[in-house]
Amino acid sequence: MKARAFKYVRAETVEAAFDAYAEADGDCVYLAGGQSLVPSLSLRLQAPAVLIDISRIEALTGISKSGDVLRVGALTRHAEMLTSPEIARHAPLLRRAAPYVAHPAIRNKGTFGGTIALADPAAEFPAMTLALDAEFEIAGPDGRRTMKADGFFRDLFDTGLEPGEILVAIHIPVFGANDRCVFHELARRRGDYAVVGSGIQGTFDGDRLLSARIAFLSVASTPVRARHAEAAIANQVLSPEVIAAAQAALSEDLDPEDNEETSAAMRMHLARVLLGRLLGQLGRADCMHEGVHA
Amino acid sequence: MSERVPIALEVNGETVARTIEPRMSLADFLREELELTGTHLGCEMGVCGACLVLLNGKAVHACLMFAVQAHGERVETVEGLTERKAIADIQEAFHNNNALQCGFCTTGMLVTAHEMLSRGDILSREEIRDGLSGNYCRCTGYQAIVNSIETVAQARAVAGAAPSKPE
Ligand SMILES: Cc1cc2nc3c(=O)[nH]c(=O)nc-3n(C[C@H](O)[C@H](O)[C@H](O)COP(=O)(O)OP(=O)(O)OC[C@H]3O[C@@H](n4cnc5c(N)ncnc54)[C@H](O)[C@@H]3O)c2cc1C
Ligand code: FES
Ligand code: FES
Repeated sequence: MKARAFKYVRAETVEAAFDAYAEADGDCVYLAGGQSLVPSLSLRLQAPAVLIDISRIEALTGISKSGDVLRVGALTRHAEMLTSPEIARHAPLLRRAAPYVAHPAIRNKGTFGGTIALADPAAEFPAMTLALDAEFEIAGPDGRRTMKADGFFRDLFDTGLEPGEILVAIHIPVFGANDRCVFHELARRRGDYAVVGSGIQGTFDGDRLLSARIAFLSVASTPVRARHAEAAIANQVLSPEVIAAAQAALSEDLDPEDNEETSAAMRMHLARVLLGRLLGQLGRADCMHEGVHA
Repeated sequence: MSERVPIALEVNGETVARTIEPRMSLADFLREELELTGTHLGCEMGVCGACLVLLNGKAVHACLMFAVQAHGERVETVEGLTERKAIADIQEAFHNNNALQCGFCTTGMLVTAHEMLSRGDILSREEIRDGLSGNYCRCTGYQAIVNSIETVAQARAVAGAAPSKPE
């Protein structure tokens, strides 16, 4: 249970990280919070020649709002998602999901960018970037680009990041006065990965939901948007009938697989139950005043 | 074997410098290089919480970081917390409540309890249980541990409130 020997390089800037990457000829890996990478190195699932520590790069830190966009630096810790007033105000869905991300000590070290770059389909934040219509700011040796969350999560642990690229920040449209959001997950034990989880953000006109984005975690090899369920609730008051229609539509969005712990049918059933609960909650005008479990 | 590298960090208030292999975990560094064996290793995967230490004041898993990453940083272990009596009341409560059997998980439990209690909130049993969700104990069933932390939370709240009470 010990990592194979490697050379350790601490990069102080994004450019220095790219230089180290080039020098290592690709036989290297970036280290941020290390909360997924270190166990993977210990198990020798990965054995790079060089470990490039990007965790002190100033340009990857900070949370700031400019216009209608909240920019969250890739190195923002999960624990800050719970305490940052900017997150609570402008991206409350992340605040709501944060208590479900691992355990307190892991949240002290794990980073927002790390969980997105890893793209674990069972992780909370990658799925939430879909619900939030987030955009990723990416730097590569040849320059900068942005990419929408939609389309970024390609397959199991496979994203739109090209080898050597660094996720710099996550851009999130700020939460509007007529927006509401909800998050919940079903897990066997507090802090464990969810059997199924979901977050929804929607814009209302009075009681009528204009549009919403629904994202699921732990249902496939990537985080998933439930577009058919979204269509079923768009421009509707969230009555029991409308909610039932969304639950029915979910079979066109999700196609879970069997695994040792949970059958596909069970997971589908739990996803429907969860969606019903979340939409019921979202439909209530006071949904944003309900306490958030920390 | 890879090149050894020099590191210097503050551990329990003292600066220590060593030359180590980059792949050495912070937990192994504390235990083997510094003989601070209060930091225990159970799973070495971030699951059991036996290896918790404070890094710049925040609880982190010493098995989930390499010692080189702590270069220039401040680490405090259960030994440091004990010496400066930061957890004396928690240790006493554990003792009074029989909150351990084999004691393997205890040091990690103490570090978690310390972080939880230093936020200064009045903690409900639910919150204490939630805070302990990353700590495994094979022996006690947690009841006595939760009781101990609850006792300290209440005692500290009373002590903290006392000076402003007189009116
Ligand atoms: C016991 C345990 C329980 C956990 N439970 C949960 C849970 O319930 N929910 C959950 O979501 N997560 C959970 N995690 C994972 C944890 O949240 C990690 O923090 C997270 O997945 C990875 O973030 P990190 O910053 O630690 O990344 P690292 O481990 O440092 O890196 C992960 C990967 O991303 C790459 N990377 C990191 N940052 C960047 C960047 N800016 N640009 C490009 N590539 C980058 C790295 O090269 C590496 O391949 C758990 C972990 C443990 C050990
Ligand atoms: S040894 Fe670190 S969490 Fe188990
Ligand atoms: S007292 Fe034995 S593991 Fe907790």
